[in-house]
Amino acid sequence: MSILDAIWRMFLHAFRERVTVQYPDERPVLPPRYRGRIILSRDPDGQERCVACYLCAAACPPDCISLQADEDGDGRRYPAFFRINFSRCIFCGYCEEACPTYAIQLTPDYEMSEFKRPSLVYEKKDLLISGTGKYPGYWYYKVAGVALKGKDKGEGAEEEAPVDVRSLMP
Amino acid sequence: MAKILIHGKEYEVADGQNLLQACLTLGFDIPYFCWHPAMHSAGACRQCAVKVFRDENDTRGRIIMSCVTPVAEGMRVSIDDAEAKAFRENVVEWLMSNHPHDCPVCDEGGECHLQDMTQMTGHVYRRFRFKKRTYRNQYLGPLINHEMNRCIQCYRCVRFYKGYAGGNDLDAFASRNRVYFGRSEDGALESPFSGNLVEVCPTGVFTDKTFRAHFTRKWDLQTAPSVCVHCGVGCNTIPGERYGELRRIRNRYNGEVNGYFLCDRGRFGYEFVNSPMRLKKAVIKNGEGGQAVSKEEALKLIARMIGMGGKVMAIGSPRASVETNFALRELSGAEDFYSGFSRQEAALVSLVVEVMANGPASSPSLKEVRGADAVLVLGEDATNTAPVLALALRQAAKNGPLKAAMQLGIPYWDDMAIKTATQGKKGPFYSAAPYATALDDVSVKTFYGPPEEIARFGMAIARELNGSLPQVEGLDDETASLAREAAAALLAAERPLVVSGTGSGSEAVIQAAANIAWALCGVNRQAFLSLVMPECSTLGAALIDSRGLDKAAEAAASGGFDTLVVAENDIFMRMEREDAKDFLDSFSNVIVIDHIITDTVKAAHVALPGAAFAESTGTLVSFEGRAQRFFQVYAPEDERQAAWRWLNDMTDAAGVKRLRWEILDDVTAAAASAISALGKLTQAAPSAAFRIAGQKIARQTHRRSGRTAVRAEEIYEPKPPDDMDAPFTFSMEGFQGQPPSPLVPRFWSPGWNSVQSITKYQESVGGPMRSGDPGVRLIEPKVVAAPFFRAAPIPFKARKYGWLLVPMHRIFGSEELSLLSAPLAGLTARPFVGLSKEDAERLEAEEGEEIIVRSGGKELSLPATIVRGLVQGVAALPHLPGISIVTLPAWGVLARAKRKAA
Ligand code: SF4
Ligand code: SF4
Ligand code: SF4
Ligand code: SF4
Ligand code: FES
Repeated sequence: MSILDAIWRMFLHAFRERVTVQYPDERPVLPPRYRGRIILSRDPDGQERCVACYLCAAACPPDCISLQADEDGDGRRYPAFFRINFSRCIFCGYCEEACPTYAIQLTPDYEMSEFKRPSLVYEKKDLLISGTGKYPGYWYYKVAGVALKGKDKGEGAEEEAPVDVRSLMP
Repeated sequence: MAKILIHGKEYEVADGQNLLQACLTLGFDIPYFCWHPAMHSAGACRQCAVKVFRDENDTRGRIIMSCVTPVAEGMRVSIDDAEAKAFRENVVEWLMSNHPHDCPVCDEGGECHLQDMTQMTGHVYRRFRFKKRTYRNQYLGPLINHEMNRCIQCYRCVRFYKGYAGGNDLDAFASRNRVYFGRSEDGALESPFSGNLVEVCPTGVFTDKTFRAHFTRKWDLQTAPSVCVHCGVGCNTIPGERYGELRRIRNRYNGEVNGYFLCDRGRFGYEFVNSPMRLKKAVIKNGEGGQAVSKEEALKLIARMIGMGGKVMAIGSPRASVETNFALRELSGAEDFYSGFSRQEAALVSLVVEVMANGPASSPSLKEVRGADAVLVLGEDATNTAPVLALALRQAAKNGPLKAAMQLGIPYWDDMAIKTATQGKKGPFYSAAPYATALDDVSVKTFYGPPEEIARFGMAIARELNGSLPQVEGLDDETASLAREAAAALLAAERPLVVSGTGSGSEAVIQAAANIAWALCGVNRQAFLSLVMPECSTLGAALIDSRGLDKAAEAAASGGFDTLVVAENDIFMRMEREDAKDFLDSFSNVIVIDHIITDTVKAAHVALPGAAFAESTGTLVSFEGRAQRFFQVYAPEDERQAAWRWLNDMTDAAGVKRLRWEILDDVTAAAASAISALGKLTQAAPSAAFRIAGQKIARQTHRRSGRTAVRAEEIYEPKPPDDMDAPFTFSMEGFQGQPPSPLVPRFWSPGWNSVQSITKYQESVGGPMRSGDPGVRLIEPKVVAAPFFRAAPIPFKARKYGWLLVPMHRIFGSEELSLLSAPLAGLTARPFVGLSKEDAERLEAEEGEEIIVRSGGKELSLPATIVRGLVQGVAALPHLPGISIVTLPAWGVLARAKRKAA
């Protein structure tokens, strides 16, 4: 009796709407905030956005991000190397959430299959895109207090001119 | 003890402290900034507010600053009171109103006291809608980075730099909300304790520049407890490693030794571990050059060398661990083992050991030094030979005035009131030195003279204290009255301290210091005698053997030896070049184990790559006589290993006299049982078998990042290496809580990411570590009649055509290892010859002019520098590379180099 019931139900399913997509002939439309392949974005002026603060690496549950901070001649921090091991990444998005500069972003691209596992280890050259990604306006160094070449003390957003230490005014 | 009520519950607290200390000791969290456990209260930041209530009927209470409120019997306190909480949140909000948006690029981030305190108070959102104040930064030299925007005006930096460490080139400038902390102009910080600003400043204003060059967050550093290898004080440190490279050194609190502070040699000298002068592969000499070979090949060759059964001589080192020196001694037999001291060093060090072992005066811990109430420094330039001892002596100099101020009813922790009351007065503190030293500013009076005269001055003091000692003839009135004054001050004290050491190069000075301390012991049981020795385990080596290399050379010359094994010693620095060459040539095989490439390594037939302190575990003995274990921080990828392990492998390969040690504890135990002076060596720290809840202790933090990315190319992540020698893992797996004090790998506590978390590891704030401060003292004074030295020192006679050349030590440059640290190299002085003003005039030489120095058949050309304090007929030669006259003091001749025709 129960067997007949099951067969009947399966038969009915044949007339239901299809959920399976005929990938790769057909491709799903994913929302922009879908958590897929991770990229490193750039500031509006085209410089690397990542300041190598290590917060994404600390937030990452499977510990698959590693990097090393360095500083260029202009006083900017940047990652000397930046590596994500996508064979370990669980696409949780914690790195993006932790990132104070919007440098690291997850994208809706999920087509990352590889035959060899080492091919899933992405270095900075594989991660860095040429634009700002999802956050077009943000420019960390404009709001930070450190001086860089081309941005002196007091020239950041909402900053007074530097204090005159030798002033005797009360 | 007083009873106080916190949130209605009764607690017992020690009298005389302030409420903040008391609450922190009890484990309560109260945010604070300006209070520091070593520098006490300033009441400047208003962050430590709590509420106190008059009696049980008082429901309103009043807000007070806990750091400037003494605990009182029956006090009713509320930390959680809503108003107090709101007050504290407001204070942080004000402090943050100008704070830059810097955390991601701030090196303090992740171990920032300001971050912690902001979290603790609950302030999360910036409401201040106006512009932020900004400052310009200063260049402060190669060690410290300055980012003034981050300052919260707590005044800790100047209170440390000026008040605690006696520096005078850092100050607070300007007024109102423009207050600025820096120098009057750009330039390298002059104090040799400047590195402590990194830990003292609760924000990222002062950060470690050497760390910045290879920056890593605290949570990513692999750490283990270690001991500084750059002098004999034995400060406790926490080295941190990332990606196979040593990244920085932080202070490790030890209440009996360094407390909260290190010197810059110790903090920044670590870069030698990363220097290109490291020996990383075994090298076999072929012809003039060397050829890198594998471990197996090197051992095969060595097996042939020592396998024949020829006689082996072994040379140890005062910078090697006790275990390494002992292993050498086992290899060669006690008779043919030498610790590798120079002839002069051997004489001085044997004398010090004799004084320490047979005399009634106790060798003080640095805590006892800080507590001394009268001090005499005899001939030792401690700031340059034992820097953190000098820092402790500075604190001792304040004790006299402090005592007077406390008699006025001012508590010791009320720093501002104490400063007002004492008005910069200094305690009974006398010194005698060949030239002006950095401690002169805390001395009531200083006697200047060559070592002979310092010894006579010392003997005169001893004679004042003990009439049975020989009279010192022919002292001038001034010196005699100074001797009387110093003797009276020492006699009046409860805990008098005499400091001397090997730095002056004179045995007579050490004997005089011993006589004074022993004479004090005759009238006062508490007299301390601190004798400085130069290297990290000079005493450890001396307790095994204290014969000099001259004796080794004599033995070698008499023949019969085939092979010489040297560990971690550059004998070219301790013998005349030609003698060293002859010595090495008298062996058919020379095997050298070292971690840096020295001239001795270059002369070796086989050189083996040893492990630097951060790459191995072992025990060092400080000049206090404290045995302390340093633990391996990381496992190097190549064949570097501890010298004792190389020796073990060598005898294994050769099949002779197997040392049969598996792990370090075997060596330590063997040394402790073979040499009675080292009997307590095994108690320096728990053994490798130590476990907490069945676990080893993790060297890596629970928040270590990148574990699955660092080695991603290899697909299968290798298992972390095992550590047989220590109860630590090279992993984040393992015990993460508070282990016994010698095994604390880092300071961290939930909510306390900065170094301020040390409080959580102490029995009471600023007191000993829980389970006692690390290390074990090997030598205790004997209750005996003092074996006084009765020979009267020979007076100094200035010569008409000669100068007495005295040694002058430099904190940067006089120590072999820190010299290889690139950031310190820039601060190392150029070689010079120091002259008194009178002598410069006599030579008609101007400052900077080349002077030819001839002594002991050698000739050097050095620029003249006027050195204050030198007396006529005495010149100073700095202990710097390039000055090859090994043994000082010595007589020499100075002459102006001919001026080139203009
Ligand atoms: S959190 Fe952002 S800025 Fe920081 S290291 Fe990661 S990507 Fe770079
Ligand atoms: S000092 Fe602390 S709070 Fe300020 S920017 Fe640096 S890490 Fe952040
Ligand atoms: S520089 Fe640092 S220690 Fe000095 S006042 Fe500012 S915050 Fe305090
Ligand atoms: S005083 Fe000596 S042991 Fe202490 S940090 Fe300085 S060099 Fe190292
Ligand atoms: S810590 Fe009490 S006022 Fe600053």
